[in-house]
Amino acid sequence: MKYVDEFRDRSKAVALIGEIRRLLARSKLARQRPLQIMEVCGGHTHSIFRYGIEGMLPEEIELVHGPGCPVCVLPMGRVDDCVAVAERPEVIFTTFGDAMRVPGSKKNLLQAKAEGADVRMVYSPLDALALARKHPEREVVFFAIGFETTMPSTALTVLRAEVEGIRNFSVFCNHITIVPTIKAVLDSPDMHLDAFLGPGHVSMVVGAAPFRFVAEYYNKPLIISGLEPLDILQSIWMVLKQLDQGRCEVENQYARIVPPAGNAEALRAVARVYELREFFEWRGLGSIDHSGVRLRERYAGFDAERKFAVPNARIADPKSCQCGEVLKGVIKPWQCKVFGSACTPERPLGALMVSSEGACAAYYQYGGARRKPEAVP
Amino acid sequence: VSTEMPRRARALGRIVAQTVTLAHGGGGKAMKDLIDDVFVRAFDNPTLAPLEDQARLTLAGLAEYGDRLALTTDAYVVDPLFFPGGDIGKLAVCGTVNDLAVGGAVPLYLSCAVIAEEGLPVAVLRRVAQSIADVAREAGVVIATGDTKIVPKGACDKLFVTTSGIGVVRQGLDLGVHRAQPGDAVLVNGWLGDHGAAILAARGDLSLETPIASDCAALHRLIAALLEAAPQTRCLRDATRGGVATVLNEIAQASGVGIEIDDARMPMRDAVRGFCEILGLDPLYLGNEGKIIAVVPPDQCDAALAAMRRDPLGRDAAVVGRIDHGETGRVTLRTALGGRRIVDMLVGEQLPRIC
Repeated sequence: MKYVDEFRDRSKAVALIGEIRRLLARSKLARQRPLQIMEVCGGHTHSIFRYGIEGMLPEEIELVHGPGCPVCVLPMGRVDDCVAVAERPEVIFTTFGDAMRVPGSKKNLLQAKAEGADVRMVYSPLDALALARKHPEREVVFFAIGFETTMPSTALTVLRAEVEGIRNFSVFCNHITIVPTIKAVLDSPDMHLDAFLGPGHVSMVVGAAPFRFVAEYYNKPLIISGLEPLDILQSIWMVLKQLDQGRCEVENQYARIVPPAGNAEALRAVARVYELREFFEWRGLGSIDHSGVRLRERYAGFDAERKFAVPNARIADPKSCQCGEVLKGVIKPWQCKVFGSACTPERPLGALMVSSEGACAAYYQYGGARRKPEAVP
Repeated sequence: VSTEMPRRARALGRIVAQTVTLAHGGGGKAMKDLIDDVFVRAFDNPTLAPLEDQARLTLAGLAEYGDRLALTTDAYVVDPLFFPGGDIGKLAVCGTVNDLAVGGAVPLYLSCAVIAEEGLPVAVLRRVAQSIADVAREAGVVIATGDTKIVPKGACDKLFVTTSGIGVVRQGLDLGVHRAQPGDAVLVNGWLGDHGAAILAARGDLSLETPIASDCAALHRLIAALLEAAPQTRCLRDATRGGVATVLNEIAQASGVGIEIDDARMPMRDAVRGFCEILGLDPLYLGNEGKIIAVVPPDQCDAALAAMRRDPLGRDAAVVGRIDHGETGRVTLRTALGGRRIVDMLVGEQLPRIC
């Protein structure tokens, strides 16, 4: 497959790992303890597991699977709101596929669908808008979820709906923004990360500048990384190169996709349609200031939260969950008290067991190469 | 099996209605006309012709083929009814033939029950019946008995088909999912994931156009040739729902062995790989309707592969992995990159990832 297989080439991977080993051998730090590198994006996590990258890396490198899976971090209260909207008889509730399995406090969207709610899987918010055009007698709600990657497409769909005067379309907005979350991780006292792989597709929209604080204020290198296996290996090599040379910068490994200034048109649409929420609740991380967006007053007519009364209840994460500690790299997924017992992909308790991009689900499904049997509780 | 055509006891009825209604399931003349015109006319064979409440099969005729009967049943609810590479009728015959054949049985007779939703165009029913008849004839199996039910609108989705099949297993042949041993080779007979991708694309809700057609096919001749060439074959499974990943897990668990497969050796079309890339699906879990997994001892691996490749349905057959002493019940994949990961059973349905 052209433009894909090139980034999965075995011999290039072997060469990169050789270079990584060479740099590690010169690192004083790596001799004392493993270097912790957090990959921020759920897409990275998925690739790392799908291609078995963790097991190919030297033991001196520990990958910490970050908070960048928007499906995983959706709190139960929000899913309950979703289900409440979806169960209204006039509503066609449209959603991306993997958001259907996220557990609410009582049920998820798959169960609501089985019980009769009109829940439909779409591939783009424009598909939802098309449904609204086709069914003027129904209320079509789009379950908007994701970081800056998917934010512009929702915004552009709202703008299109406004131009066309489509009134039976609205958005249940759960878009979140990655920067305050990286900051929250960095501010946590038990954090000892050495570097970051920055999100590739978020950066395609926002550019490199929003991540500069990581290097400048927190003194951690950050490499904006593509999602293919060789992208990830090259980014790890770039991290080590910075550490070796005593540099601490934001670098762009994914230059074939990420323009340094981001995508101006997408950013304009985002700024036009959304405003920051004061705070947003994250599963496993708690409430984070300015980490979510909602529709501006001008687009209130397209805001499902304002159009339909939602319960809007805050449901606390189950006490036994240690998602927060896993997210920050304090413990490994299998060291969590409920991993694989009370919390499995069939019945996820914690955020990270929900989607295949979540660290725990990935370990459960694909098996960590370094998951030693004696480490399992 | 006698090929002599007994004289029909009565003339076949004709249906004039354009769509199926509840009257066609009522047991009266309308039903008789529908069954006669659509099914009996298409299936046309001496075992079915007497139209008794049961088909009668001579034991002597069966015993020619071996010493054990194999019996299987499967319900087909595919949506859409017609898709590139096949339709629900073809699927219903091939699926049941394959379920018999992977047990080493020679497939001989099928039953065929249909449940139709009122309002279904008679032309659709006719097309499916013709497809069942054509595929059965080509496969050399006889539709020996059948049933037709019509249910109110909404009680089923357009058309469901259930086929049961009888086959005979020859003496001494004992294939079993528990029989895989370390050192054995794992083979497949060609491109993986075509059916799953074709159906997902044909449903149309993803607005993706692909040139992929279902691989739906009856594999009993290929399997017979394989068993001839590699008589010590341990087990065969058709990799339908859940794909090769699921079948391999079943074999690993039942046999108490580990299995290692190699991503680079998996025969997979670029179109299927691309389709999965876009939707975030793992092609190893996509269903197939014309693919088997064969586990054969190492000394018969070459013969088995050659036998498969001689059959048009096995031209792209490949050795994709080995049974090993690894962790019991575990399937491991060597990735194209050179890493390793576990291939587990699928949890729930495969849903596209969002980004």
